[in-house]
Amino acid sequence: MFTLSDEPIDSEGLRKSMQTASAGALVVFEGHVRDQNEGRSVTRLDYEGAAELAGNEFGKIADEVMQKFDITQIRCVHRVGTLAIGDVAVWIGVTAPHRGAAFDACRMVIEELKARLPIWKKEFYTDGDSGWLNSP
Amino acid sequence: MPPKSPKTIHIRYYAMLKERRGCDHETVKTMARTATELYEELTRLHKFKIPHVTLKLAINDEFFDWNTEINEDDCISFIPPVAGG
Repeated sequence: MFTLSDEPIDSEGLRKSMQTASAGALVVFEGHVRDQNEGRSVTRLDYEGAAELAGNEFGKIADEVMQKFDITQIRCVHRVGTLAIGDVAVWIGVTAPHRGAAFDACRMVIEELKARLPIWKKEFYTDGDSGWLNSP
Repeated sequence: MPPKSPKTIHIRYYAMLKERRGCDHETVKTMARTATELYEELTRLHKFKIPHVTLKLAINDEFFDWNTEINEDDCISFIPPVAGG
């Protein structure tokens, strides 16, 4: 259901793996690395994650989402390592009999992932500076 | 009552805390009773600038409250503010 991967995400492969006869809807969210953040030009991102803890916490998120929405399956892959502009950092797929629940569930998954999963990103800027996002 | 002996605790650091500590894991012996006490001990030793209230705590790969008692061979992770997605 959840993987931290240091390899490029195979979006097409993941999409195909989600398709089932009973799912009328498949909603996919892809998070891509942007070339700027808060007015600064970004050259790359380094992602780091706590794999076991992230897997356990994602399991809880998935349980909560499945309790709330009539969906069939959730799958998520999040990158770790160095990513270039445009790379897929996170892939989330949700299948459901109907589209409403799939859209709503997918949104909840990414929002909860961003709030709770032990994953960090360090931005590198064109001026040579770098910094961890949300650093206290 | 016999004096308590120090506990062996395995610690994992991430992101800016890993950079501050200079390593991503270490094993320590401590008399600290709770995770809070352990972090305070480490802060004194290594001059961490991040107060524990800004961090989350994980013990053996599950999130726990900071006042949780720590036990022999626990694996403690200090979790800085996250930024996934």
